Amino acid sequence: MTTLKQKWAAASSSTSLKATSHAAADTASYRKAKNRLPGLAVPKSTTPTTKPPLTFPGQLAQSTVRGYATQKQATAYIHGDKLYDIDKVRHDFPILNRLINGKPLAYLDSAATAQKPAEVIDELTRFYNEYNANVHRGVYKISEEATAAYEEARAKIAQLINAKSPNEIIFVRGTTEAINLVAQSWGRANVGLGDGIILTEMEHHSNIVPWQLLAKERGAHLKYVGLTDDGHLVHEDFRQHLESGGIKLVTLTHVSNVLGTINPVREYIREAHKQGCRVLVDAAQSVPHMPVDVQDMDCDFLAFSGHKMCGPTGIGVLYAKKAILEEMPPYHGGGEMIREVHLYESTWRDPPYRFEAGTTNIAGAIGLGKAIDYLSEIGLRNIQAHDQELTEYMHEMLGKVKGIKIYGPANPRTKAGVISFSLGDVHAHDMASLLDEDGIAVRSGHHCAQPLMDRLGVSSTTRASVYIYNTEDEIDRLVESVERAGRVFKI
Amino acid sequence: MSSIYSEIILDYYRYPRNKGTLPHAQIHARDTNPLCGDVVEMQLEVDEKNNVKDVKFNGQGCAISQASASMLTELVKGKTIDDARKISKEDVLSLIGGQLTAVRLKCALLSLKVLKTGVYNYIGSTDASKDELSGL
Repeated sequence: MTTLKQKWAAASSSTSLKATSHAAADTASYRKAKNRLPGLAVPKSTTPTTKPPLTFPGQLAQSTVRGYATQKQATAYIHGDKLYDIDKVRHDFPILNRLINGKPLAYLDSAATAQKPAEVIDELTRFYNEYNANVHRGVYKISEEATAAYEEARAKIAQLINAKSPNEIIFVRGTTEAINLVAQSWGRANVGLGDGIILTEMEHHSNIVPWQLLAKERGAHLKYVGLTDDGHLVHEDFRQHLESGGIKLVTLTHVSNVLGTINPVREYIREAHKQGCRVLVDAAQSVPHMPVDVQDMDCDFLAFSGHKMCGPTGIGVLYAKKAILEEMPPYHGGGEMIREVHLYESTWRDPPYRFEAGTTNIAGAIGLGKAIDYLSEIGLRNIQAHDQELTEYMHEMLGKVKGIKIYGPANPRTKAGVISFSLGDVHAHDMASLLDEDGIAVRSGHHCAQPLMDRLGVSSTTRASVYIYNTEDEIDRLVESVERAGRVFKI
Repeated sequence: MSSIYSEIILDYYRYPRNKGTLPHAQIHARDTNPLCGDVVEMQLEVDEKNNVKDVKFNGQGCAISQASASMLTELVKGKTIDDARKISKEDVLSLIGGQLTAVRLKCALLSLKVLKTGVYNYIGSTDASKDELSGL
């Protein structure tokens, strides 16, 4: 038989690399080939005749994991002239060499935070070792280097999301702070008594609570777009709320952090703009996984976190249209954001600096810049194709487990990277503990989305999420371990 | 496999003992684990000699939190309030058996925290008792 690995080898040696991504036929034949492989990919030499054991000797950490990764070379996508080489990607992430309970770490919690490639980790070290200095102030060499790297990171972000200018990019701590900034600055200046804000029932707490605080303070109303049983927004709710008048802002997530649902944000934005409302998009779960173009989308605000896209923690981004930013009052007062300070009043700098009071997370911003280099090198379209394929595979394989319930869209093509599920009466935390025994890291709980949990009628779910470094073997291990949990609980 | 999910834990999870409510309970306490949403509620009926005449729990959550709550009710029943006050973390953990990670320890000890909160509210709390509760 011709394995996909051989096909891949043939393709890569051929001179005419076709500009097709992983074709459906290839996927199917790959799966077929995979199904004939043992459940867990272990180098042949360590598994003489029988089914490979689920244990990995500690001293074999490096070689086993490397061998483990090598087998997955089959998952190589060709997009344009770029190859998606899963083996290389996995080698870039030192943490994937870890053994958990004697088994290679299968990290399926990237929706919470992504792992970091050595390139990003090294750049942080290099910054502190070689050019650590405060930005925009010193006139000496290393301060200028730090400033250049910091501003370069801003430019990379602008380019990544196709902002018109780097001045539309504000560094914040993360998505949460980005949304709070909009609520406290734009919101307090623009939302008044009796005004409305439209949200959806699938929002993360970080896109609910800041608006509750604002609504309470200003006497405004929150209006929620409901969900269908299969986890899509009820468009009719949205239209009705918009038509009810007095809406100042629509704020919604691009991709649900619980269900993985990809929302048609472009359409919602177009409709909201017709009514003169501003729109904020929570892109924490989309920017890491797919090309996002703010000009095409035409959102007024976009918020996302660096740590979910291979960057450091504590750094995130608020994008806003220049004209809107210019009208917004400061969020925090302090150094760096001022033009002139007098005893009783001050004047502000232009955006983005108006919103970056105090010494910001310089290392974080530079690290995020590196992460963007890294992701761009792989290609966001390739990442999207890889994540999509794994999501579909996970959906299909988990769906076969007896007693399982998968939440959200039944069609995995309308979800991105995230699958929430439950198994019989096994509580999500018990499930996560049992998976941890097998070295598999998943998230369990309410995922900071309690209103959504209420809508689903559950108190918690188990969530597995994939990213650039995950493999179908890891999904197989997940499925096997979920089945084991089912046996422990006698489902 | 050194799993904490023994037959006993699963049995108490599926068939909880002393689950329900006591309309005439003098002691009533409830707490949640905000990390995972486990909820445990405890009610104790106490006689004039401070013996725990009856005890019930209610709640929802993972097998560890619910089984430990049920086991704890059995431990407390028939004892005095002072005995209930003296129950230690170790007592509860030995009932459960197996190794728990730090996060899951919170699940296991939620019911003890609820019980002690109720008991201290009944007999009067002190700075020492507040420290003890915040350590659970």
